[in-house]
Amino acid sequence: MHPAFSVIFFTVSSGAGFGLFALLVLADLLGMGGGLSTDQKMTAGVVALFLISAGLSSSVFHLANPKNAWRAVTRYRTSWLSREGVFAIAFFPFAIAYLGLTWLSWDDYNWLKVLMGIVAAVIAWITIFSTGMIYACLKTIRQWNSPLVPANYLALGHFLGALLLLAVASSGGVALDGYVTLAIVWLVAAAALKAIYYFWIANPGATSTIKTATGFTRGTVRLLDTGHTHGTFLTQEFGFSIARKFSLILKMFVFIAAFVIPAVLLLTAQASQDGLYLVTVVAILGVVAERWLFFAEARHVVNLYHGAQHT
Amino acid sequence: MRLGLVIDLDVCVGCHACAIACKEWNASGTTAPLTDYQPYGAEPSGVWFNRIRSYEVGDYPNNKTINFPMSCMHCEDADCVTVCPTGASYKRAEDGIVLVDQTKCMGCNYCSWACPYGARELDRESGTMKKCTLCIDRIYDTVMPVEERQPACVLTCPAHARMFGDMDDANSAVSVVIRERGGYQLMPELGYNPTNHYLPVRKATPISTDNMGKIGFKDRLKGIANKIVKR
Ligand code: SF4
Ligand code: SF4
Repeated sequence: MHPAFSVIFFTVSSGAGFGLFALLVLADLLGMGGGLSTDQKMTAGVVALFLISAGLSSSVFHLANPKNAWRAVTRYRTSWLSREGVFAIAFFPFAIAYLGLTWLSWDDYNWLKVLMGIVAAVIAWITIFSTGMIYACLKTIRQWNSPLVPANYLALGHFLGALLLLAVASSGGVALDGYVTLAIVWLVAAAALKAIYYFWIANPGATSTIKTATGFTRGTVRLLDTGHTHGTFLTQEFGFSIARKFSLILKMFVFIAAFVIPAVLLLTAQASQDGLYLVTVVAILGVVAERWLFFAEARHVVNLYHGAQHT
Repeated sequence: MRLGLVIDLDVCVGCHACAIACKEWNASGTTAPLTDYQPYGAEPSGVWFNRIRSYEVGDYPNNKTINFPMSCMHCEDADCVTVCPTGASYKRAEDGIVLVDQTKCMGCNYCSWACPYGARELDRESGTMKKCTLCIDRIYDTVMPVEERQPACVLTCPAHARMFGDMDDANSAVSVVIRERGGYQLMPELGYNPTNHYLPVRKATPISTDNMGKIGFKDRLKGIANKIVKR
């Protein structure tokens, strides 16, 4: 599949934003590390909303006819893309109510703030899950058609969210141990799920073949002519493929940047604020590479008709 | 009613007439225009509903060229419709034809990802998804003579490799020929249940190319004459 930058940016940015917001609510409820200051909570909340909004608006740039984008929320009963949009929009009022009540800090209305926060966090989880399901529900792309995909989206979104929350918490006033542990737990979960995914897509099981695609079961099938002189929409959108060697190098980069370097820095340089910022930036780069590879490695069955005998 | 096409692979000669007729008719049809990019430039490309690919099946000397036209299969369980977030893609209840409402499509490409048969192509000019309409504006046109109320590809095919009809009617010509010739669907394992069916190539004994027999006296004379006479 052709990796479109706007879609990569959208999934990474909004995933991290939703993860950050959900973990912020959790940390606030549990009073982790003695409790974040109101300023810190506001910072984390605003950063989360910014990442989500930036992601959502970037996804609009991917559309060929954005003036109809508003219609994308109308088919939530069948389409995961529509559900993603509906939940992303439903998230905002609760998130803003939570942040507003946090800022006002009216003690009488603490229950309302908690309620708003919990609802926002749950919607955030459902939204990341829906983003993953946009890809996982496609029977035409074997590498995506797996529950591992939404699981990976959830884990990576929370991992980046935990790093961002830690970076905010490092500005002082709270014990960082809990935040570091939170980040490490998500790091381990995300790394394990990604490793399972990479092992799985090396051999994702039975797929369609040129024989089922054409019904020519009697002998070997070779493409003679694609019937077009130059590229078509199909070859541009689905023809992209990546060399095995290059994908291996990128996978190593994903693991080193997203997991190994952050793990080492988290375990050693946890006190230094600059170190934590660095960890976050490196991890985001790693996840961007992960997302690029997620698209680049996906092979659509239609390629069978263009001469790719295996998907 | 479940309208669709049957394509006889034994008969298709790969002339691309159906694709041209389709382009010609639909360039001014319900989803028009069908944009061409750089039609006279270095990399001509554009939107087509119907594409014909050619395959070599089997190994020499038992190999055969099979021409393979493909357009929208108007699937019964069409994921292209369920994934569409705007409702632009829809399947008509009355005849099973899958269409894209050009006024609702936002050009997200999602339906094309969901289609296993490569039947949908984004028109970069209009920003909307285009696909085969089964010539909905021909088959219901009461002004046309009855025999012309068929998709342009079916009407034009010089080899009569295409048939159009109702798969739900067990006595329709398409249902009969599917039954009799073992018509099949593409990629049945994906569960889209495409309406269009393909008729397999009939088994034929290959004509042997070796052991052509001894050259007779007449042929030897001809050979000598051919060497002498300059043509
Ligand atoms: S062939 Fe493709 S575009 Fe046509 S109905 Fe089936 S899935 Fe949809
Ligand atoms: S490209 Fe248009 S028809 Fe296809 S899924 Fe998107 S909005 Fe629906």
